[in-house]
Amino acid sequence: MVLTSVTQKLFGCCADEDVTGESPYKLLKKDDIIQDIKTRAAVSDFSPVKQIVLDYPEEEILLVYDRDFTYDQCFYLVLTPEAKDRILNPPKPETPGVLENEVIKTPEPKEWISLGSELEIDEESVKETREKLWYKFSRVRRKFGVPACFSDRNTADAKDGYLECASYQDSRFSIKQMQRDCGTQAVPRLQSSSAQTQWKFQRNIFTQYKPRELSEEEAENILQADSLRNFCNSVPHRVLQALQQEEIMNVFFDDLKALGTGAEAGDWSGKVSEGLMLYQAFTDQKYAKDKKISSISWHPTIYGVIAVALIEKKEERFSESTASEVRPSLIVFYSFSDPSNPQLLLECPDDIFAFEFCPSDPNIIVGGCMNGQVVLWDISAHVTHLQGTQSSGKKASVNTDTFDLDDNKENKTPVVRYCAVSALESSHKARITDVQWLPPTFEVTRTGLPVENKHNISVQVVTCSPDCAIMFWDVRMPKLLSQSVSDKKQNVDQKTQMSSYSVPDTFKHLDRTWKPLFRVSLPRISTSGEYAPLKFNFEPYTCSSNKDRDTEEADENDDSSKIIPDYSQLRVPSAKTLTALEDVNTKLYFGTEDGEIGYTDWKLGKDDSGRLHSAKPLSCIGIHHWLVNTVQRSPFLKDIILTTGGWNFAIWKEGIMDGPIILSPSSEQVCTVGCWSLSRPAVFFIGKDDGSIEVWNLLEKTSEPAQVHAHITNAKITSITPWIAAPKQHFLAVTDELGMVRVFEIPKTLYIPSRSEGLSVKKYFELEEERLKDYLKKEELWAKEKKETEELKKKMEPDKPVKSLKENDDVNMKEHSDYLTLEESILKGMGLWTATADTQDT
Amino acid sequence: MAEVEETLKRIQSQKGVQGIIIVNSEGIPIKTTLDNSSTVQYAGLIHQLVMKARSTVRDIDPQNDLTFLRVRSKKNEIMIAPGESKKSNSLSGF
Repeated sequence: MVLTSVTQKLFGCCADEDVTGESPYKLLKKDDIIQDIKTRAAVSDFSPVKQIVLDYPEEEILLVYDRDFTYDQCFYLVLTPEAKDRILNPPKPETPGVLENEVIKTPEPKEWISLGSELEIDEESVKETREKLWYKFSRVRRKFGVPACFSDRNTADAKDGYLECASYQDSRFSIKQMQRDCGTQAVPRLQSSSAQTQWKFQRNIFTQYKPRELSEEEAENILQADSLRNFCNSVPHRVLQALQQEEIMNVFFDDLKALGTGAEAGDWSGKVSEGLMLYQAFTDQKYAKDKKISSISWHPTIYGVIAVALIEKKEERFSESTASEVRPSLIVFYSFSDPSNPQLLLECPDDIFAFEFCPSDPNIIVGGCMNGQVVLWDISAHVTHLQGTQSSGKKASVNTDTFDLDDNKENKTPVVRYCAVSALESSHKARITDVQWLPPTFEVTRTGLPVENKHNISVQVVTCSPDCAIMFWDVRMPKLLSQSVSDKKQNVDQKTQMSSYSVPDTFKHLDRTWKPLFRVSLPRISTSGEYAPLKFNFEPYTCSSNKDRDTEEADENDDSSKIIPDYSQLRVPSAKTLTALEDVNTKLYFGTEDGEIGYTDWKLGKDDSGRLHSAKPLSCIGIHHWLVNTVQRSPFLKDIILTTGGWNFAIWKEGIMDGPIILSPSSEQVCTVGCWSLSRPAVFFIGKDDGSIEVWNLLEKTSEPAQVHAHITNAKITSITPWIAAPKQHFLAVTDELGMVRVFEIPKTLYIPSRSEGLSVKKYFELEEERLKDYLKKEELWAKEKKETEELKKKMEPDKPVKSLKENDDVNMKEHSDYLTLEESILKGMGLWTATADTQDT
Repeated sequence: MAEVEETLKRIQSQKGVQGIIIVNSEGIPIKTTLDNSSTVQYAGLIHQLVMKARSTVRDIDPQNDLTFLRVRSKKNEIMIAPGESKKSNSLSGF
């Protein structure tokens, strides 16, 4: 409240005089205030608080000088006695001593609140469940005080030393431990190892260097220098001279060395035989008597085993005189180890004229019979027998004793019966003269399209016969029959094949129901009728398109332990699933009964009526004058074919339709068989009617044989087959009409090819080809000229006297100008006509 | 400068020449027709050979000097013609 200065004076509380900041309190009597109010009434400063002052219980009212204007006025009046007391006697602050007393005082233990932990403690604590039992032992009284002797004793020493309560698994209850406390600690896996390098060269130094090079300016300086110029003028002369020397003569080429054949340098020890040396001769009195051999084949894998097909000598087989002597036709296996006893016999339904081992599986043999049937054998049961002869009898002279004992044990040679024969009605009508397996690289479908061969094994056979047909056969089970035959097959599989007279079941599916895939007929080109093929040959296809299959093939062929597929399990795949191979040469050469060599395509085309038929052969040329007995491809050059027949032989190149590139002069003897050498591209062997063998070497002499081995046998030679049994052993098997097989060893001179023989032979054939073409062209030309001269003669006859020289010239000029105009028109037509000479650019 | 080029061209045009290197007396290649790494390799190796050959010839007869060195191998031949103070090294191959 505001107090005027008058009031201040009255009550003696002048600001800053009586009341100051330090002592702002002034006690005023209540009576004085009331009196002031009464005297001055409304003017009194105390009038607003009149009522409060009247109600104030005590006598003195506190007036506080508010220097700081806490309550917005100069003074304020404390209205209640409590407040007065409080202001006047502010409560003393608590002394620190009191506080200290409080802190030092220890905390009083509070009342414990149970949280359930006493139960756990009770459980964990060990309490006695019962009172402890105690026993007192004492000795007999009289022993008291007696000296005692103590010793140790183990409890286990005495039997009853202790009584144990062993723990046992009580089966009454089992506690499954649900929880287990275990501690884990992660420990890092540490492995310490050490290595020590061998400090071979104990050197602690190394150098690294870099070549010195000239900087650009230095190089420039040197290049400009005179000394370099002088040098360049003088020195290169020597270099050029040296270079010229090199050009004149190639010093690296050793002429003398190249003169010889090179391969057997240093191998000329003692006598080297030039001719074929007889290595072994095979014959068998029991089986081969009065028989001639039609075909021979070496076993592809087993060393020293030859198979020969024996046929009756006499042509007429149905004569009564021979009825009692009809013996079963056989293929006889001979082995080097035992020349006089055959190792294996294959029974045939009829005389076999041709047979071949399967290239993928040497246990499968296909043969063609006299009556036109195709026969299959499986000799897998006897392979070990054949191989046994090989291993024990390689050196026949050493082991003959042991082998004779073995031989005596088994007196009879095992006979294998054929496991499948083709259906009679679908076979050939005449004797099968040639049988060949298709190579494992491709197979053909029913229309003759070559397709890829998924299994890379030979599964198809081609046969030909003089009944004017070439047939393709497949040895696998055809797809249609697979359903019904599969049940039969299961029965069949249960049989075992042990004794020598049981028939292997490999081709059971084909037996007597075998039909060819398709048939290729050979209609004559110009006349009606057909060709009667005796032998044929097709190009062995090596698939080059499929690279990784090639390597697989190579690997398979290389190691002898390749998995030979089970032929009985093979099925003919659907033709649609196989990809056709475009680059297979589907043409084959065939030789006929009349001495012609034909070239045809075996793919069947469709004629107007939609039926499949064979196309006419592309060419057929009569070269030989009698039966063709060999059509063989050169093992080195894929397009060179040797054919023999009649009194000569010929070499053909595939693609040249007009004739053989080489035709031999006619000889006095009939050429009965021919074969290429397996190691020399220019050498081949010809067998003759009088039992002699001619060795021809095209690089030595082309008009006569290089060697003639006369009278090897007394009878006609029926077949020759070469074989490479070992790198240094080349054999030539020769068979004759007397049923004997002679194996000759080809001498080194005849089997080691001369230097670059392949190339030379190839060049030679090309030359011959050129010559042939040339000759044919010339022939044409001559024929034309001849015709022209004849016509001209005819024309000239009526006006012979009239024609003079001038007129002849005119005629010639006219012809020449005609020719020029013709040339011009043709060239213009072709767009090659260049303008006249002066406008031609170079 | 032109002579050098002309020389190089003349030699290079011969049949069978694979490359030419001109090297100074210290064995540092000055001019070459081969790539850098081959040049450096040849220069380094041949230099030592030529030094050895030359010292051999001179040891036997001090009046004599090396005029030409040919190294024939199975595949190539190296022809080296040393100059008096500067050397030339040319390479030819067959």
